[in-house]
Amino acid sequence: MGQFTEVTLSLLNGFLTTVELFALTLIFSLPLGLLLTFGSKSKFKPLSLTVRFFIWIIRGTPLMLQILVVFFAPGILFGNPIFAGNRFLAALITFVINYACYFSEIYRGGIESISVGQYEAGLVLGLDKRQIFAKIILMQVVKRILPPMSNEIITLVKDTSLVRVIAVAEIIRAAEKFAAKGLIWPLFYTGAFYLAFSGLLTILFGKLEKKLDYYRI
Amino acid sequence: MSLLKIEALSKKYGRVPILRNIGFSLEKGEVLSIIGSSGSGKTTLLRCINFLELADSGKISVGSELIYDGEDKRFRTETQIRKNRLHFGLVFQSFNLFPQYNAIENVMLAPKLLKAGKEKDIEEFAASLLEKVGLSGKEKNYPCQLSGGQQQRVAIARALALSPDILCFDEPTSALDPELTGEVLEVIRDLKNKDRTMIIVTHEMNFARNISDKVIFMSDGQIEEEGQPDEIFVRPKSEKTAHFLQIISEK
Repeated sequence: MGQFTEVTLSLLNGFLTTVELFALTLIFSLPLGLLLTFGSKSKFKPLSLTVRFFIWIIRGTPLMLQILVVFFAPGILFGNPIFAGNRFLAALITFVINYACYFSEIYRGGIESISVGQYEAGLVLGLDKRQIFAKIILMQVVKRILPPMSNEIITLVKDTSLVRVIAVAEIIRAAEKFAAKGLIWPLFYTGAFYLAFSGLLTILFGKLEKKLDYYRI
Repeated sequence: MSLLKIEALSKKYGRVPILRNIGFSLEKGEVLSIIGSSGSGKTTLLRCINFLELADSGKISVGSELIYDGEDKRFRTETQIRKNRLHFGLVFQSFNLFPQYNAIENVMLAPKLLKAGKEKDIEEFAASLLEKVGLSGKEKNYPCQLSGGQQQRVAIARALALSPDILCFDEPTSALDPELTGEVLEVIRDLKNKDRTMIIVTHEMNFARNISDKVIFMSDGQIEEEGQPDEIFVRPKSEKTAHFLQIISEK
């Protein structure tokens, strides 16, 4: 097996973990973000203040620090290093929480940008709040937040590289193994994987935006 | 018996009174126009009647049924309010069509969600409403593909979709280019000929004069003067009314 093939296969293996972390983070953080949005917009002050405080903490500290805290805190605080055997889970939990907070702020901006008239038009037709949100507001929010969401999701692709601080075997970590043996270029080669993936996402989001082009808000 | 009866309706924002002791009644098939300068409370009155705002005190009855009493908490439950809203339709100044739905979907949305009938009947009725407002053939057009006047006519059809007892208009032509107001006013005139009971807040004085059975002039949150169109427009009793009409006519 040539060196290039060996490196490629090894990086692909790492990239699989990257993609897995990416996909699982999205699956859990997209809905969790919406819950946080409802929480932060709640009329029940203790809830909205707690959620907003939490979002401030998460958005105000580095993701890398959060990964370390989630990974090490159970061991240091409770003498029970629950994530020692499952580093990936610690990484995933951190990512889900972190991205849910960012998404929730994008959702909130999107929801607040829809004109009051849309709600009122639903109200005078006798619809309840749930129907108004699901049938009138949601699709408009989706259209409006698509560009910032695609931005954030592409950032997520690259943020996955941070989990190497707790030695999750993602693509950068895979390349570093070669670097340790004196082979530097695989590290640069990882860029091609990121570029291909984010390129794919860009095309996907472009298509999605086009699909929603039939109406204007 | 009157179809709509408003008694001693009052509303404050904080400590500022917006509506003061408003009372009037409307017979079935009558058209009422509400005129007055900006900030006189016309729109707030309409919003209280459509329960987008809740009056602090006063009563609203439709037919023989008392549907709202500002001093009685039982009338403020969400279910009661939603039920009340169905007595009225409201056409907004800024149309507020749902942009992601085409014309007929806009009309059909509420009847479908409220299960007002079989899907096929709802669609037929919606199509007939669009025809009534002169938009046959535009059923599949999205709001962004329609002119302002056409959008407002879809909004009128949408407001009629649940067959409200009383149709309300909040300055329905104010957001339109002058050349497009005619088609909307034409539709409203047509509705009058079909005995629709309507309340119209408007700045179109000629239109108000021609179409109304009754005109209310509001000033400072009160009804300054109320009467038949000719009484108000030709022989206003109140000095405020006369002054307002003069300023408007000079424009």
